[in-house]
Amino acid sequence: MRYFAQVRALLWKDLVSELRTKEMVSSMLIFSFLVTVVFSFAFEPDSDTIKQVFPGIIWAAFIFTGILGLNRSFINEKGNDCIMGLMSAAVDKGVIFLGKMTGNFIFMTVMEAITLPVLFVLFDYRMKGSPILLIIVVVLGTLGFAAIGTFLSALSVNTSNSEVLLPIILFPLITPLLIAAVKATAVILAGGEFAEWSNWLTILLAYDIIFTVIPWFLVDYVLEV
Amino acid sequence: MLKAENITKKIGNTTILHGIDLNIAGGEFITVFGPNGAGKSTLLKILSMLMKPSSGNLTINGVNALKDTARVRGSVGVISHRTFLYDNLTAEENLEFYGRMYGIDNLRDRVTEVLSEVGLELAFNDPVRIFSRGMQQRLAIARAILHRPEILFLDEPYTGLDQQAVEILNSVLARLSIKDRTVFMITHNFEQGLDLSDRILIINKGRLAFTEKAKGFTPDKLKKVYMEVLGGAVS
Amino acid sequence: MVRKVLGWITFVMVLTATYLVFLWVPNEKVMGPVQKIFYFHVASAWIGFLAFFVVFIAGIAYLVTRNSFWDSVGAASAEIGVMFTTIVLITGPIWARSAWNAWWTWDPRLTTTLVLWFIYVAYLLIRSSVHEQEKKSRFSAVFGIVGFIDVPIVWFSIRWWRTIHPVVVDSSGLAMSSKMSFTLIFSVAAFTFLYFYLLSNSVFVERMRSELSELKEALLNR
Ligand SMILES: Nc1ncnc2c1ncn2[C@@H]1O[C@H](COP(=O)(O)OP(=O)(O)OP(=O)(O)O)[C@@H](O)[C@H]1O
Ligand SMILES: [Mg+2]
Repeated sequence: MRYFAQVRALLWKDLVSELRTKEMVSSMLIFSFLVTVVFSFAFEPDSDTIKQVFPGIIWAAFIFTGILGLNRSFINEKGNDCIMGLMSAAVDKGVIFLGKMTGNFIFMTVMEAITLPVLFVLFDYRMKGSPILLIIVVVLGTLGFAAIGTFLSALSVNTSNSEVLLPIILFPLITPLLIAAVKATAVILAGGEFAEWSNWLTILLAYDIIFTVIPWFLVDYVLEV
Repeated sequence: MLKAENITKKIGNTTILHGIDLNIAGGEFITVFGPNGAGKSTLLKILSMLMKPSSGNLTINGVNALKDTARVRGSVGVISHRTFLYDNLTAEENLEFYGRMYGIDNLRDRVTEVLSEVGLELAFNDPVRIFSRGMQQRLAIARAILHRPEILFLDEPYTGLDQQAVEILNSVLARLSIKDRTVFMITHNFEQGLDLSDRILIINKGRLAFTEKAKGFTPDKLKKVYMEVLGGAVS
Repeated sequence: MVRKVLGWITFVMVLTATYLVFLWVPNEKVMGPVQKIFYFHVASAWIGFLAFFVVFIAGIAYLVTRNSFWDSVGAASAEIGVMFTTIVLITGPIWARSAWNAWWTWDPRLTTTLVLWFIYVAYLLIRSSVHEQEKKSRFSAVFGIVGFIDVPIVWFSIRWWRTIHPVVVDSSGLAMSSKMSFTLIFSVAAFTFLYFYLLSNSVFVERMRSELSELKEALLNR
């Protein structure tokens, strides 16, 4: 289908461009390490407190780092007014949203796949639960974040102070996502029962669906020429 | 082919275009002149569906281009002030990307074809980042004609081109107009603008100030008319 | 004309509500006079939610009709909403301080209001970061819609998040005499009138402003 061929083309373009420069993923990685180190200075790394706030540290690192990637996502398109070329070629604005969202999701996942093990090592954290479940939670959380984040990044890039504006408009909207992701991570790390984490997973799933579908409809109005 | 009715554009409280009516026939080559800030680029963006007018109608090939934009996008090619090119991708990758977006068949062949048409066949594998201004402009031309658009919109396409590239662009345009392609070109150059032109427009202060068949115009005569039309604006 | 009538009704209602709250309704037995803040607190919270619902509806209406009237309604309503949620966030801790001896509790209602406040401050920030009128209207309409859809999810997640802790405040558990509930309902009604009065005023001013700039422009183009 033409629609998904375009989504793929856009994703391919972003991936090739990133593979060439490795700008985004490398700066995201450095930043997430820095956030981690800052946390270990802020809380005694050997103390018991760290075990309690560990899930929070994971997500704080992911989200602060994610903002970095989101901010670049559409700024790259502004360079030579590429966004104009893109809009004149795309059959639908939804294509741009889905392509960019998938790209952001992939960049974040790569960053997380490297950061997460490092976090476990640095804080010497032994998890009791299933790693598969942890991966599911990370993927679901990242998906929702990439969805609403990409959407708001498309909006904020057209404003006069985009880089500051994006976190301010994004953070309040992701409170449910953040709460659910941190809680689910905490329960799963501690090896909790199905009943303890299923609620949180439901919220994550619902959030992902709602905030993929609604931005996908509304992006027409954001990227209107 | 293209019909614009009462196109008005307001940004904030200033009106940039005041109710422009324009009919472009298929195969027509239109050249647009006008002082800086007259609204030429704005009109071009609206006609090429890169910008929405505040009011007015636009019909392209019988399709309401303001509503069914997606249906007519493929028949339009644009060269703007900016190149629309990705700096980190090579010339070839840039064209491949746009080609995929347009869903072009035999993309590889077509890319090689347009690259040689604009004389970039040797630089195909260089990232656009290291291209000179003129080379970027050539690639922008390649990008605009890649999907064989029926109407080509050109906003000062000659800027940054060397003699050879001007020749290339001229021959590309000549070939286009022979093949019944419609062209809408903005330029400040009275000589280059006149050669291929069928009709001349002059835009001043957001209004269509002058429109005439290009036949019988020499650069000097055009210059005179231009000064007359602008009247007090040039002093 | 309508605005004048609305203004007078609002004036009388708010005056009466003030009378009811401070002179008519009896003090709550345990907490004493501090509890009276409750009537304004609840009424403000109600207006906060109502205002943001109006932002949501106005956003949809704007995107469908592209009539700048709806943009003015949305903008005015968001400003009023932020004002009233600010009142909620200020009166909440005052109540909390005397009820549970802590300024702030991460109680679901208060926390949701805080997030709500952040969302609509973000809405106002978007408006001030875009200079083109049309784009400003469009972006804020879109954000108003997305923000409002987020609110119930925020509420549920915060409620589940806090269930491990005892639910500290529950207005149904508050022993309310019939005088108290009457006062509460009356204050809510008075605030609703106040909201609509403020809204119609802001929209009116906004209309006048855009009419003025249109006239100015028409003169310039002469
Ligand atoms: N985004 C914008 N915001 C405000 N004003 C704008 C914007 N874009 C264009 N304008 C104004 O619109 C007018 C017309 O601009 P336009 O770019 O169409 O001129 P032009 O005829 O192409 O000029 P040039 O010959 O310099 O390219 C100018 O006065 C410009 O200041
Ligand atoms: Mg121009």
